[in-house]
Amino acid sequence: MKFGFSEEQVLLQDNVNRYLHDNVPLDRVRAFADGGTDTDIWQGLADMGIAALLIPEDQGGIGLDALDAAIVAESLGYHVTPAPFLGSAVMAPTALCLSDGDHSELLEALATGSKRVGIAFGEAIGRRNGASVTVTDSTLTGTSLFAFDADADFYMVADVNKHLFLLDANAKGLQRRHLTTVDKTRRTVELCYDGVPAACISEDPRVFEATLDIGRVILAADTLGAAQNMLDQAVAYAKQREQFGRPIASFQAVKHMCAEMAASLEPCRSMVWYAAHALANLPPEARLTACHTKAHLAEVGKFVAKTSTEVHGGMGFTDLLGLHYWFKRCGSNRQWLGAPELVREEAAALQGLTS
Amino acid sequence: MDLEFGPEYEDFRQEVKDFLRQHGAKSPIGTALRSNETISWQKLLIENGYTARTIPQEYGGYGAQPDLIQSRIIAEEFAHARINPGLGGQGISMLVPTLLELGTQAQKAQFIRPTIQGEMVWCQGYSEPGAGSDLASLTTSAVLDGDNWVVNGQKIWTSTAQLADWIFCLVRTEPDAPKHRGISFLLFDMKTPGIEIRPLVDMTLAANFNETFFTDVRVPKHQIVGARGEGWQVANAILAHERDSLGNPNITLARLNALIDLMKTETVNGEPLIDNAIYRDRLMKIQGRVMAMRFNELRVLSSQLNKDQDPSIARMIVKLQGTELRHDLEGLGIDIMGEVGLCYEDNPHTRTGGSWQTQYMFFLGLIIGGGTSQIQKNIIAERGLDMPREPKVIKPSPMTAQKGGQ
Repeated sequence: MKFGFSEEQVLLQDNVNRYLHDNVPLDRVRAFADGGTDTDIWQGLADMGIAALLIPEDQGGIGLDALDAAIVAESLGYHVTPAPFLGSAVMAPTALCLSDGDHSELLEALATGSKRVGIAFGEAIGRRNGASVTVTDSTLTGTSLFAFDADADFYMVADVNKHLFLLDANAKGLQRRHLTTVDKTRRTVELCYDGVPAACISEDPRVFEATLDIGRVILAADTLGAAQNMLDQAVAYAKQREQFGRPIASFQAVKHMCAEMAASLEPCRSMVWYAAHALANLPPEARLTACHTKAHLAEVGKFVAKTSTEVHGGMGFTDLLGLHYWFKRCGSNRQWLGAPELVREEAAALQGLTS
Repeated sequence: MDLEFGPEYEDFRQEVKDFLRQHGAKSPIGTALRSNETISWQKLLIENGYTARTIPQEYGGYGAQPDLIQSRIIAEEFAHARINPGLGGQGISMLVPTLLELGTQAQKAQFIRPTIQGEMVWCQGYSEPGAGSDLASLTTSAVLDGDNWVVNGQKIWTSTAQLADWIFCLVRTEPDAPKHRGISFLLFDMKTPGIEIRPLVDMTLAANFNETFFTDVRVPKHQIVGARGEGWQVANAILAHERDSLGNPNITLARLNALIDLMKTETVNGEPLIDNAIYRDRLMKIQGRVMAMRFNELRVLSSQLNKDQDPSIARMIVKLQGTELRHDLEGLGIDIMGEVGLCYEDNPHTRTGGSWQTQYMFFLGLIIGGGTSQIQKNIIAERGLDMPREPKVIKPSPMTAQKGGQ
């Protein structure tokens, strides 16, 4: 019995961390936030095989599983990395491999990082005012609010019936409208459809659900990394910042804030590992653990984001330190693919606890 | 990632199940200390290796090699079958491991067998009115007089003192040494003259604890564990055992399932409580936390089995998180029942044997006992996150005080 990483997984983690440490410092994140591109970052990760992680070997990929993807996501979150990992390397390959038809050409392009697929699932999770997707004879009309990856070549769209559609980003009748959000490490668009031709790739709700589940676990892993970084920064800052003639890390009020962050975050690590492992290996538990992991990490991420900022005092509130990039990453992971209350309600429904 | 224990362990699990099927009916309900039923059940469990499993046969144990997975399977199967897993208590869970590690040959031979067989019951003399979180400042004294230690002072929170045959007790033997180096670990008979026990009623209105007073209690010199002045190290060896046993996530899971059952059957305005979206969300939040702690426990177990795996602070946080979670869980059981949640003792409307209020208060006790949540946070910050200790307040020496006064 071993509940932990293999040697290969430790190596994967080390390699990704080293690449991000060397190539994506905070200044690089700021450059993206100011309107720059993430293409070079993604190409660098793709060259390491990260884009191909979940794609089967016979489709040009590496054929690893969700735990490996969670390891990568934790590192991406730790470095608040701008990259289309969630859509292009996780959710799109998962859906394409489970769905009808031959998608080998697209999968091979995803594996090399030369194409990107964005995700517009809001309709099937919790439709907001102003959104509505209507499908008639394989053409879409209406609006998907909040698709992620503004620079995608294709979009995967879910309708209210949990059917999945794939459409070309340059298709006639599709308009992409850039949406400003608080999280500037990711770029978000609204998709407006005016009779856009779209291929239905799945009418099986289980394909949608499996794609959503892995997406949620990967967002939770991203939060795990981002929150761990905020805790590390808080502890390091508290040790060097002096007030009343001593490091503020020696005040119990400050120590207890850090201990509370650590105590609530540490079990999250095991939770993310287990949920990722369960997706492929423990099917009866997979959906429930994915829901709870998404919701629980959202709560702990929120707590750590606030507390770490407070430990930094006034500096935490400034743009100078840049801590807010992590604060906002935790906040955006919380909202995407189902905010905690909605996800917990799904968890209750999965256990037959809703009437 | 491999969550299977393997086929040899599944065979072992079957053996445990077979034993429980064959003998389970004989298991006593509750643990009336020293009753014939309790003692004969305890002996049967030891003979079969289901308790005192790794204690050497020469001291009355079963003598198996330590195997964490086997121990876990035994605990799981007994809990699942709801069958008495044998005696616990501070003598068995804390003193015996300490004696095995640090006791003399004579102490092991004298104390371990009757203790694990349930014939010798122990209490723990650690905390004092003036030494709680700062346990090392304890002042109960032991002064050597010929071949005896003469013990004077007061202990508090001594559970089962009124029933115990013996006590393991921390006393100050070197008053001039720094506080952590002046403590010794003594064992003595509770029938020794000079011991007075007063029950201490707690907020559950049960007398789970006592105050214990010592006046010129004479203890033979050799009844010391470890060297003179090294009692603090001896005590710390067992405090780790105690904290491990608090906030057990498997028992928390059983309580969560009881809470779900309660919410399905209890109604308000004719509607099952589980149908109330707010209560349901609170339940789901707790379920997520229980899940996180269960997986954390898997990681701790795994790091004990795989020496190359670093558990980081996963073990250090269990007492803090586990007891707070359990208190919140029991509190939800009360909240959802409204006024019915207040029922206590013989109230005819009490649900689930009145356990919700009792456990809610009991776990507040455990949040405080065994190192308060605040002390746990200090430990996590200082040992887990490497943050500096609070500077010590330096008391002015008598000389300096005098000068200041002039």
